[in-house]
Amino acid sequence: MTDLNKMTLADARNNLRAGEITSVELTEACLDAIDDSGALNAFVHHTPELALDQAKAADARIAEGDAPSMCGLPLGIKDLFCTKGVPSQAASRILEGFRPEYESTVSQNLFDAGAVMLGKLNMDEFAMGSSNETSVYGDVVNPWKVDDRNLTPGGSSGGSAAAVAADLCLAATGTDTGGSIRQPAAFTGITGIKPTYGRCSRWGIIAFASSLDQAGPMTKSVRDAAIMLETMCGHDPKDSTSADLAVPNFEAMLTGDIRGKVIGIPKEYRMDGMPADIETLWADGTAMLKAAGAEIRDISLPHTKYALPAYYVVAPAEASSNLARYDGVRYGHRATLEAGDGITEMYEKTRAQGFGHEVQSRVMIGTYVLSAGFYDAYYNRARKVRALIKKDFEDVFNAGVDAILTPATPSSAFALGEMADADPVQMYLNDVFTVTVNLAGLPGISVPAGVDSKGLPLGLQLIGKPWDEGDLLNTAYALENAAGFVAKPQKWW
Amino acid sequence: MSIDQNTAAKVAKLARIKVDEDALPALAQEFNNILSFIEQLNEVDVEGVEPMTSVTPMRLKRRKDIVTDGGMAKTVMSNAPDAREGFFAVPKVVE
Repeated sequence: MTDLNKMTLADARNNLRAGEITSVELTEACLDAIDDSGALNAFVHHTPELALDQAKAADARIAEGDAPSMCGLPLGIKDLFCTKGVPSQAASRILEGFRPEYESTVSQNLFDAGAVMLGKLNMDEFAMGSSNETSVYGDVVNPWKVDDRNLTPGGSSGGSAAAVAADLCLAATGTDTGGSIRQPAAFTGITGIKPTYGRCSRWGIIAFASSLDQAGPMTKSVRDAAIMLETMCGHDPKDSTSADLAVPNFEAMLTGDIRGKVIGIPKEYRMDGMPADIETLWADGTAMLKAAGAEIRDISLPHTKYALPAYYVVAPAEASSNLARYDGVRYGHRATLEAGDGITEMYEKTRAQGFGHEVQSRVMIGTYVLSAGFYDAYYNRARKVRALIKKDFEDVFNAGVDAILTPATPSSAFALGEMADADPVQMYLNDVFTVTVNLAGLPGISVPAGVDSKGLPLGLQLIGKPWDEGDLLNTAYALENAAGFVAKPQKWW
Repeated sequence: MSIDQNTAAKVAKLARIKVDEDALPALAQEFNNILSFIEQLNEVDVEGVEPMTSVTPMRLKRRKDIVTDGGMAKTVMSNAPDAREGFFAVPKVVE
């Protein structure tokens, strides 16, 4: 059988269980594809030996009839996840050489279910970015291309998105603080879900903004997202915000029947200057859900406009606190000191050398908004606005709305380097449709739904009620069926 | 509110990030761009709104205050840039 790396998780699982293929064959196909993908710069730490060992163990489990859903399936893991003995550096120079002595709960859950790790995936440094251009490993290149320009895969989970879209792995882990799963998924024509805050343990995931960070799967289909999310989720005593709730069988909830469901269309997401392609896609998606039997309802989320400014207070504030741990003492990079340098110089030089520009900027903004005299004016005000944003969603859900449909991004993928001279605020606008969901702690999924006039993929976002990922995935499944998106990037790399 | 070079230098110091003198004007400008974006929050009426403290309503779990893990100094120090005789080594801090 050829092109095993192009399989979905669901197909590969079924073929493995039926004895048609082995995990070793599947893993070798992915390793070959990875070897041939240097131009994409998606995989930054390769673990072929570990992968083949895990694949052999998975084949043995399957032969014994003990095959959980993810058994034998080769994955890429975002560099933000601590993986025991394997470099895990959040794409930052400050964690150069760091090899964790422990495994993140999410990756452990996947390995316990028999999943295979092919290697670590590129990303924006500390997940701060929307174009994968802040990485110490260099830019990731989107496998989609329409002219001679290299396009961004989005960020921060840009390596994960590129790897899945280019069939280097069957699926990948991502994390999402303001849109870092859903925006790159949309830019590369794949599916990505950020579950409800608390569904996935954050333990062992390098922290950016703890009240916003959530892990989730990035996959080739909604069914695959359901399969992988179920394995990633679950209560973990090591994360005090991890929810002690039963994890449903998400895949079993994919009936495709959404008759009678109420889908909200928020008027505040219709922005001035929105590209016509995005308008059309949104209208088409709305029509598809209506044709599938859903009731479409116009809704208002009045504080939407203030989500990005609130995010750019809360996220840097939490980051400045979380990133205080990188002091050159316990792990990672330490600056070479000159005679007479004391401990303060060691901290200052280490952090200046170890953090890239975007990370330094956000840490300092966070320091400023938390500093004496400004805490109330910025940080407390942002937390109050966040409460209002959350209430906007609660109000529409209480009024009977089951899910909300919006565009995933305000544009298709742009060229690498195109935003280099832009104001940082311009880059922040990439997350305008996704960031509200993190502030409110809700589940959100990006589903590929079409291509724009240039031929680049576009995604639609569905936002669900807290803990209602099963229902959200089912609505996404209905949308996926109706959209029938099958386009793949032409191999040029 | 506007950030001048002195404030930028003070913030860099608080964040323990070394910023060269000649980089301060650009840094101050960057802060001002971002802060003027954040200033939009002043348009919102937040009278009587409680600041959000928890993303999803949940009670933090409690556990017995007992040692459940430990005794792995070697493992803890395995990634240290400079570890000696079971300690993290840093420049002299006490004369």
